[in-house]
Amino acid sequence: MILTLAFRNLFHDRIRLAVTLVGILFSIVLVAIQLGMYLGSSQMITAMIERSNSDLWITAFGAKSFEEGGMLLSNRERHQALATPGVKAVVPLVVAFAEWRKPEGGSTRVVLVGTDAEDGALEPWSLVSGTWQDIKSPDAISADDTYFKELGIEGIGDTAQIAMGRVKVKALTHRIRSFTQSPYVFTTLSRARSLLGTDSDKATFYLVQLEPGANVEAVRQELRNRLEGAEVLTKAEFEDRSLRQWLFRTGAGLALIGGALLGILVGTVIVAQTLYSSTKDHLNEFATLRALGSSSGYIYKVILAQAGLSAVIGYVLGILISLGILYISRNTPLPLVMTPGLAGALFGLTLFMSAVSAISAIIKVTKIDPATVFSR
Amino acid sequence: MTIPVLEAENVVKELGKGAGKVQALKGVNLSLVKGELTLLMGPSGSGKTTLLSILGCILTPTSGIVRVAGEEVAGKGPEELAELRRKHIGFIFQSYNLFPTLSALENVRIALDVIGRKGYQASSRAEEVLREVGLGNRLRNYPSNLSGGEQQRVAVARAIAASPSVVLADEPTAALDSENGHAVMALLARIAKDQNRSVLAVTHDPRTLGYADRVVRIEDGLIVGEERRPAGLDAPEITDLTKRRKANG
Ligand SMILES: Nc1ncnc2c1ncn2[C@@H]1O[C@H](COP(=O)(O)OP(=O)(O)OP(=O)(O)O)[C@@H](O)[C@H]1O
Ligand SMILES: [Mg+2]
Repeated sequence: MILTLAFRNLFHDRIRLAVTLVGILFSIVLVAIQLGMYLGSSQMITAMIERSNSDLWITAFGAKSFEEGGMLLSNRERHQALATPGVKAVVPLVVAFAEWRKPEGGSTRVVLVGTDAEDGALEPWSLVSGTWQDIKSPDAISADDTYFKELGIEGIGDTAQIAMGRVKVKALTHRIRSFTQSPYVFTTLSRARSLLGTDSDKATFYLVQLEPGANVEAVRQELRNRLEGAEVLTKAEFEDRSLRQWLFRTGAGLALIGGALLGILVGTVIVAQTLYSSTKDHLNEFATLRALGSSSGYIYKVILAQAGLSAVIGYVLGILISLGILYISRNTPLPLVMTPGLAGALFGLTLFMSAVSAISAIIKVTKIDPATVFSR
Repeated sequence: MTIPVLEAENVVKELGKGAGKVQALKGVNLSLVKGELTLLMGPSGSGKTTLLSILGCILTPTSGIVRVAGEEVAGKGPEELAELRRKHIGFIFQSYNLFPTLSALENVRIALDVIGRKGYQASSRAEEVLREVGLGNRLRNYPSNLSGGEQQRVAVARAIAASPSVVLADEPTAALDSENGHAVMALLARIAKDQNRSVLAVTHDPRTLGYADRVVRIEDGLIVGEERRPAGLDAPEITDLTKRRKANG
């Protein structure tokens, strides 16, 4: 009966219900967008590290992110690492911002990723046109088909210039988006070095693959002891560091989280307001319930049920709208991301928000004097 | 002599604060036994509603003793008082106080829900009492689609659904026309007799006198008289037990 009464009270005043739902909707959609952007950004920032087949990353000391690793590692570190027990392979990677001169004039910045796919540590994924063999052919690179406009190209066969040399688009990836808005361009390790004009033994990162059964933490400690001026990070640590650099040093992450908090606050205030006024309207009924001998807990449950019902309805509508926005955003510079975890968190958040909203209404009913039932 | 289900001893009740303080009850003694319909009559402001609220454990006395089914009310907190109400007392109000968003059946069911009776068993009990008050064909109607008399009968059903030993009614016929007023009073008398409950109804209405087993008069916060119909007499005629009064006002 608690649910029945809550449901009837809710649907009794349709306008107020609409306002409540709009409040919840507003919150959910806003929070979903903000956190969706946050997740989307995170995935973009960590994609390269995440996709790599490696147990540990060796970076120059103080490397801030995947894009800003410098070009400081050399064969010395590589050999030291290879000599460490438990290490199976050490794969060099070259990553650097570079100037891209468009075929029709003008320039932009790209992130050049030099890797040898044969080494099995990192390769351009989601190739939709061309193969790794094509990228190995002279002057070849791969570009992403969602960045044609920025790169001033139209597809396979177009030529451009990266830093020191001419390049030819021989393969296309699909939707490897970049948080820095500088498109990722893949090529071979040696071509990357020559385009950037660096020594042939230099690398940005060494990706370490371990022998089966090796203890990651022990190997890491040993690598740290052997390598001076370099850091040894797990994938998760390096992802964290990249996230911190791009999301928090730049303030972008804080803006997103701040926006989400604002959404929660505004939604809570609206729901609290409507729930309070609904409770006020039904105060006589709550007094009657009290006179009939209901415990105050019973009455709180009615109010909480009202809050919970609004939460569930508002959540369902809010998620539907958010998914719509998600779909629309899929080809924008910042595609939103929704995960089951985020959807679950949003539901928890909605319930929490409604419960907080119920507080003022509950305080109101605790002051009910059942004696008022006789003075109507 | 039957054991009283509800007793008030020397009950004093002060209402309001400071200069507005009023002694609404000035030492009331009253006890109610099962199987009787008692009417509480008196002029406006004499303390009828206040006494009803105290007997119903909605208010507590400033001084004096109230016992419900032998249990003393003194010193109980709001939650314990609520528990006494749901265990022992049914209420009927002048303005029915039905839930407008619930059907007749649901209005009765919620009173059972409050005392923890749920599900099919509660539903069939609600239906049963609604049939008893003659509303078997109005189960799904909402209060707005019921006449005043029907609404008050739903309220009566709600009051008796949980089988309380005492039913307290404040001016149950005041909002009803003569015919419906009589119907509700007849119902209350029947509830007292057939179901062996104690029913106390506050009323102004002289038409209700004929249904009473006992009439208690209150004036200015004090019981000033009590009349009782002799056992075995069915006619609406009241014999004076304390002092002679004209029953037909
Ligand atoms: N909350 C209150 N504060 C102060 N005085 C009150 C309060 N409630 C009632 N009173 C006073 O207490 C006295 C008794 O009131 P009560 O409501 O019991 O009378 P009543 O017999 O039910 O009257 P009526 O027939 O008009 O309903 C009255 O003088 C009334 O003014
Ligand atoms: Mg009154």
